[in-house]
Formats: sequence, structure tokens, C-alpha cells
Amino acid sequence: MTNAPHDFAVKMTGIGKSFGPTKVLDDVNLEVRSGEIHALLGGNGAGKSTILKVLRGVHRPDAGTLEVLGKVLTEHTPEESKRAGIAMIFQEMSLVPTLTVAQNIFLANELKTNSGLIDDKLAVDRAIELFKSLDVDVDPMAEAGSLGAGQRQLTEIVKAIAQKARVLILDEPSTALSTHDVEKLFAFLTKLKAEGVAIIYVSHRMDEIMKIADRATILRDGRHVITAPLSELTLESIIEHIVGKQSRGLSGIQREDTRRSETLLELKNVSGVHKPRDLNLTVHAGEVVGIAGLLGSGRSAIARLLFGIDQKISGDIVVAGKTVALNSPAEAIAHGIALIPEDRLRQGVVLEHSVADNISLSVFDRISKRGWISQQKWSDLAAEKIKSLKVKTASAAAAVRTLSGGNQQKVVLAKWLASDPRIVIFDEPTAGIDIGSKSEIIQLIRELARQGKAIIVISSELNELLAACDRILVMSDGRLLRDMRRDAFEDPTAGDHTAAGNMQFAERKLQTILQEVRNHG
Amino acid sequence: MAEALTPSPTPSLATRIGLTDWRQNIIYIGFVGIFIFFAITLGHKGFLDTNNLLNIVRQTAPIAIMAVAMTYVLAAGEIDLSIGAVAGLASVAAAMAMDIGGVPLGILAGVATGIIVGVINGVISTRIGIPTFLTTLAMMGVAKGTSMWVSGTKAVPILSDGYNWFFGGGYIGPLPVLLFWMVIAAAIGHVVLRRTTFGRWVLATGGSETAARYSGVNTRNIKFKVLIISSFAAAIAGMLYAGRFQTGRFQLGEGDELSVIAAAVLGGTSLFGGKGTVIGSIMGALMIGLINNGLILAGLEFSQQLIARGAIIILAVAISQNRKST
Repeated sequence: MTNAPHDFAVKMTGIGKSFGPTKVLDDVNLEVRSGEIHALLGGNGAGKSTILKVLRGVHRPDAGTLEVLGKVLTEHTPEESKRAGIAMIFQEMSLVPTLTVAQNIFLANELKTNSGLIDDKLAVDRAIELFKSLDVDVDPMAEAGSLGAGQRQLTEIVKAIAQKARVLILDEPSTALSTHDVEKLFAFLTKLKAEGVAIIYVSHRMDEIMKIADRATILRDGRHVITAPLSELTLESIIEHIVGKQSRGLSGIQREDTRRSETLLELKNVSGVHKPRDLNLTVHAGEVVGIAGLLGSGRSAIARLLFGIDQKISGDIVVAGKTVALNSPAEAIAHGIALIPEDRLRQGVVLEHSVADNISLSVFDRISKRGWISQQKWSDLAAEKIKSLKVKTASAAAAVRTLSGGNQQKVVLAKWLASDPRIVIFDEPTAGIDIGSKSEIIQLIRELARQGKAIIVISSELNELLAACDRILVMSDGRLLRDMRRDAFEDPTAGDHTAAGNMQFAERKLQTILQEVRNHG
Repeated sequence: MAEALTPSPTPSLATRIGLTDWRQNIIYIGFVGIFIFFAITLGHKGFLDTNNLLNIVRQTAPIAIMAVAMTYVLAAGEIDLSIGAVAGLASVAAAMAMDIGGVPLGILAGVATGIIVGVINGVISTRIGIPTFLTTLAMMGVAKGTSMWVSGTKAVPILSDGYNWFFGGGYIGPLPVLLFWMVIAAAIGHVVLRRTTFGRWVLATGGSETAARYSGVNTRNIKFKVLIISSFAAAIAGMLYAGRFQTGRFQLGEGDELSVIAAAVLGGTSLFGGKGTVIGSIMGALMIGLINNGLILAGLEFSQQLIARGAIIILAVAISQNRKST
């Protein structure tokens, strides 16, 4: 396939697309070669998802042409794109949990016996062959719903390949994966690349892009900024292209020491059912403590335990000097603990409700009298939070659905901050949002610390932890293995390093520690 | 997301001691258990007589046939509450048409009734987008009202012996014709669900509509078809009732939707879609027939039977939900 007569697997030229008066894409080019991994980069609202929807035939472009493997697409329907060999790997979307892996791989493409009946045995055999040839270890007889995130993703890709896809679109494929699974995924993608498959890779994680992509196309505000080989781009230049001139990324965030002497949260030998194990942890008022660890290390188990979702089986939890039992989220909230969940769309906000309604959701009792909601307090609260968190919304009455990812995240924050918690736990606070909003959210975390709150940040994005935290704890297999001050990550030999250079050094160091604790415990 | 904020799964006791599948088999265990219980307690009242046992089959057949179709509807993540009323309407339509144009027109009218109602349910649910729960609940009233109206709430006698033999009243040797109807419906239903693309797509649609759609399954079309199958099966059931009672009447099939849904859920079909077995549904129907029969022999009144049936449905749903969470 590498020597196919057409140079490009995908050739999109001069694509334009408007929704009403808003121009989402303006003269955008996207050219992807067969046998390359092509990163598609850009902040939220840059037009990444729109151009991919045009490619998938979901949207009809207003201008421009679209060629796939030398064939001009004219119908602009999902069916046409699929026939042309385009497949998008949706996050946990394309597998039916109640069917087996093999049944899923051949869904809508079933293998049949001579009599026309479905041949599940043959499907299993074929699936085994496919997995083997692609070096993937998944049980074809397992129900898809029982797979871990990594296996699910690999299965989805194998499914696309089984259905003759030649252009794969992966949108944030690593979000749900552990480092180990990400490595497996990358090895797998490299293998597909060698077979001539074109891969369009969308991610906010620059380290991954630098590692796996051959070339990159960067969009900003619906326009094409640059297409270049990764070898000609640096992290700095990529970030600069993505965010433009306004933002300096995460490295410029100031971390003044806001720690107070008062201890707000103390865990003494706390163990959960599986994780965490024997955890000791102290968080002071005004302190931001980060928890790093690979997926499955028990990071999120701490959040679940502190928020009363999981039960502890031994140990003591002390909140502001009082030993407490946290048997339910309601009890946790009563003790002043707030959790900003990772999956904000499902667990954090009601998308169809207005910004103001979402903000006031958890404090209706405080703004109401004898069951009647005070309109005045309600709108005051919303206006105050929208202003202090810089939520970009048309009005307080606009549905949260209409906001961008970063602003939705701010609404979640506003909702929890409305209840004035003493301890705030962030689980992946910036998952899937653009760098500009990321930096704003981290500044907000620092602001909360300044107000004297005790803060725990759980994140898989190391630069985010390093930018936000005073202390970083490293977990593996449910245990806390390192407790390091942020200073420990500075480069002692540095002096003339830029802020970005320092951040890179710190990130490499933390990454190394993460790998070390996993290997040696 | 694998580490999202859901409680970490603790393996249930059943899983740990290797009884993962006991719930899937509960219908068979329950069936045998209840059978033995009635055999002991009601044996002297004739429970074990061949006649009584075949009677259970005869009474259960229409429910069982509708339960086969309901398996598809539930597995696709939908529901059909109109089937009882459609059965009544089809019995009236068949009887009245037969009076005018003979047996062929009668059969045609009965079958057409089912298909027309199914198409209407399908159009309203999949084109306008009203949930099937609401569509079919409304259709229940419309179908019942129509059958009362056209028949003037009177019973319409069926005089064709041939029809009455074939649709429900007849025997082949010692075996009731209804047994054959049931077995054929079960066989077709089972093979289509397990071994054809249509059946697989039904399960996929109910398992995750988004995933099925993204995989290229026309889920709207699947939902449309299961609603037609359901109404068609209801019409057949109504015609079987008509044959057995030699009359078409709007009350035939009244309230059957509850028994049918209970039968399917008892048999292991998930109310949440994605899982279903036709054989299980047949067993569920037989179990409900068994219980009804036992309750009658035990001398319970109709009112008490209704209470027992309601309790069974709640039990069935409780079990099905439990499975969902493990």
C-alpha cells in the first residue's frame, strides 16, 4: 500500500464549513499519507472534530474537495466514507457490551455458514487469527462489557481493521489507558502503519504525539496553521501554534506558598476493600497535594473513599481534627468535602439545564426558605460564580450543553464551590480540555488554596500536577510509595533554564519515578 | 474512565463460589421446583393428569407465542404494551371478516390487523420518536376501543369447524394443535435470534444502540421490525384464542401483556435490552401457566390469581436487575 498510485490516503483541500453565521472551518487542508501516523492538533473550537466529521461524511462541506485513496467523495454520507475505508475509533462507543468480542468484531459484517446462518465459531477462529497477526491479547469469547479499557480499545481497532478500514481516526485514544496499555497501543499502531494503514491521531497529550506521530497538522480557530513532520517541530512550537500568542502554557503558573499550619485532612493507616492499602496522608489548609500513579494504581480509589462512594475497611479518617465516618457522599459533603469528578458530563453537570441551575444544584437548601427558592439569591450566586470563574457563556440561563468543554468544567467547579467546601478533591480536572482552559483551571486551584482550602489533585497529566501542586505523592498498586515536595523536581544544575525547560525537566523526573515505583515497588 | 467514580466491583458470593450462571438457570430450577410442589400438594386434585398437563399447554400457547416476539422487543431495548388489546382486536377482525368472506378472508383480516398495528407503532416510535412505552400504551386503548366499537362489544361467533380446529381447538392424536403452534414459534424464534443477522442486530441494538449504529446497524429499522413482529404474534395469539373459544371477542387477550413480559423476563430476557433467549421465554410462559393452573386447582379466585401474577413479575424484575449489577 505504501507504493500505491495515490500519494495521499486522505486529501482534503480548501474545506469550508459554517453553522449559521459561525464559520467553523475556513479553507482547511488535511493531507494524510498511507502508512503514516498523522497528528491532528488544536485547542477546543479549533475545528478538529468538525473536519473529522466532514471526513466521516457526517457533515457536508460548504467548500472544498475530499479525496480518499484516490477516489473523490461526493455524496458526503457516513456510508460513503465507510465504503471508502474510513473508520473512527470511538471511545467506548462502538462495542456492544452484551455481545462477545468476536461477535462485536464482525457486527454488521457477520460471517455465515453455507445455509446463511451466523457462524459464531468461524468468527471466533477469525478473531483469534486477527489478534494473533496483530499481536493483541484479547479473549474473543469474552463479553465486551467485561474488558478493561485497554483491551476494549484494541478490540475496537481490530474491529475496524477486520472491516477493511484503511484510514483510522483515533480521538484521544489514550485517555482511559494505563501507560502499559498505551505502549501496547503504540506498538499496535506502528504495526498497522507498516501495513499501509493511514492513522489520524487526535490528542491533547503532546508527549504521545512527539513519540508516535510522523507528521502533524495544527488547526486554530477553524484555520489551517501548519502541516509539518514532527522532526521539524518542538513541543514549544507546537504549543505556540495551538494556543497562538496569548497563553504561555502551564509552565508560567505561579505557585506561592499558601500552606497554613492547620491540618484539615488526615488519613491514618486507611485501607479500602482492594485499594488503597495502609494509606497515611496529611493535607494542610492552603496546600495542594497531587497524587500521581498509573491507571489502576489506586489514585481514584482514594477519591472514592474520601467521598463516601467506597467503604474503608480499616484505619481512621480525620477531618479538621474530628475522626469521621464517610459512609455516603451526603456525609462527605456534610463534612465539607467536595469531589470534582473525572467524567464531568455524566457525573458533574446536567447538560440540558442552565448554567445557573447547575451551579445552584447542590445548595438549593441554602438559597431557599421553607422550600421556596429565592430568585434573588439564585441569580446572585450564579452571577458571582460566572464572574469569579470566568465562565464563558451567553447568559446564566444558557444550557450547559452549549458551552465548550473547558467552560463546562468550570460550571462543575462552580457547582461544588457554591457549597463552600473545606477539602476539594479534583479527579483529572482537565481531562480532554484545551491548554488555555487548562491553565485557567490550574490557576483556579491555586486560588482555592490561597483561600485556605485543602486540595487533592489526582491526575495522569504530569505537567498539570507539577504546575498545580505543592507536594506530589506517587502511588502504585494501592500503596503510597513516594511523598515529594515540588522543589524536589527542580533541576539543581539549572539556572538559565526557561520556565518551559524547567517544566520539561520536572516532568521527565516524575515520569521516571512513576516507572521506577511500578517496576520495583 | 475505567477508573471512573463507580464503586469498585466486589465479586458477589455467587461468582466466587462458581454459581455465576444460577440466575440464568433459575427459570428451569423454578419450573421444576414449582412442578414438584404442585405434584405433591395438588396431586390428589388431578394436577398430574395428562389432561390437566395438556390443558396447561393449551392455555399457555398464546402467551408463549407472544412471549417469543416479546423477547425480540425487550432484547432490542423496547417494550410493547399493546399486544393484549391487539390480540382481542385480531380475534374480532378475523371473526367478522370470516362471517363476510369465509375462512381465507378471516385469516387475512386477522394477520393484517397485526401488521397494520405494528406498522403504526413502528412509525410513531421510530419516525416521530415517541418512546415505545408511550406509543404502545396509547395503542392499547386505541386497539381495545376499535374492537369494542366494530363488534358493538358483542361476541362474534366463528362457525367454521376447520378454522376452529386449526387455530386452537384441534388435536393431532392426543396432542393439542396449540402445542404445535407453540413449538414452531419457539423453533423459528430461537434460530432467528441466535443464528441470523437480524437476531444479532436486535441484540446489538438493545445492548448499546450507539455502538450498533456506529457499527452500521440500522437500529431504527430493527426497532420498526420488532414492533411489527410483536403485533403480528399478538394477532396470531388472538386468532388462536378465537379458534379455541369459537368466537371473536374484544376481551380475549385482555391483560396478557403483563403475563407475556413476565414470561420473557423470568426466562432471562433483560428489560434493559441486549440479552434474551426464546427458549427461556417459552419456559417462563409455561411456568406462569403452571402457577395459574395450580392456583385454580387450589381453589383461588381470579382476584387472587392477579395478585400472584403481579408478585411474580416483581420477583422476575428483581432478579433481572440483580444480574445487571453483578
